[in-house]
Amino acid sequence: MSDTLSARTILIEGDNGDEIQAYLARPDGDDRRGGVVVIHHLPGYDRGTKEMVRRFAEMGYDALCPNLYWREAPNAAPDDAAAKVRAAGGVPDERLVGDVGGAMAYLRGLRTSNGKVGVIGHCSGGRQAVLAACHLDLDAAVDCYGAFVTGTPPEGAPFRGNLVDQLPDLRAPLLGLFGKDDVSPSPEQVAELDEILTRNAKPHEFHSYDDAGHAFFATDRPAYRVAAANDGWERIGTFFRAHLGG
Amino acid sequence: MCTYHTVTTTVDGSAKGPEGSWFHVTDAAVYYDHPVHAMAGHTLNIDLTDPTRGPAARVALELTSTSARELVAAIQEALDAVPAALLQS
Repeated sequence: MSDTLSARTILIEGDNGDEIQAYLARPDGDDRRGGVVVIHHLPGYDRGTKEMVRRFAEMGYDALCPNLYWREAPNAAPDDAAAKVRAAGGVPDERLVGDVGGAMAYLRGLRTSNGKVGVIGHCSGGRQAVLAACHLDLDAAVDCYGAFVTGTPPEGAPFRGNLVDQLPDLRAPLLGLFGKDDVSPSPEQVAELDEILTRNAKPHEFHSYDDAGHAFFATDRPAYRVAAANDGWERIGTFFRAHLGG
Repeated sequence: MCTYHTVTTTVDGSAKGPEGSWFHVTDAAVYYDHPVHAMAGHTLNIDLTDPTRGPAARVALELTSTSARELVAAIQEALDAVPAALLQS
């Protein structure tokens, strides 16, 4: 497999047929491969997220990250866009599902697609990855420390509640990566999610890391934990190879 | 974690923003969440903005919870020290 890749900004069709920006990274070559939708975290469609998109291309996947804030803040700096969307109430769940669905369809439409598409998100994106996998025909989902999949969101959150009532509809195997020192999701909330998925016979695989809290994958933040992040990337690679091919 | 809890209010004043230019601010958003720049897991963040001028018309603060409380106290102390006759809305 070549490690040569290309990355660029494109426009795709998102929720409600809206045209939104997205960041696409693809390996060179014509061989068939899976696709990965990367959901950016609440701080935005930023450099760190785009690095992850390119990493998935280096791993052999066509990878695409929709800019969830494009409607409110086209061409704005990621932090300014995040601030604007936050002040306006955030991204509604229904719109998120539509945008991820648009990204999924784009990836399946590529001539290199093998028909399989997974989704991954960190932090707020972790919850949104689970949400998307409850409503879309995805082939794999990865939740990296998403808060409020279980547990009680605060009043004023841009979504109606946690995902407990939607989990019986989960359509894809789920990989969950968590930090034992995290408070949201707490180890108890992760255990509750594990129990609900087991009770509903939903395939899932969870790993919770010692000496790691929230955002342990974030290489530019104090929360970065190299051991947890390195093992997490290995788990993601194994999981996507099993469910997306490659 | 992302707290998702955001408090918004209107304000009336000015801030020195991008490229060193002053602009009128009309809105404030206050939330405790992940910072973009501060070396902390979570900070008290304040965005002072003029939404009519676009997303970049923003002055952002990311303060540790301790320093945010100290700032609140300092603001309160400064306001309390002002003779009533000087206070303008």
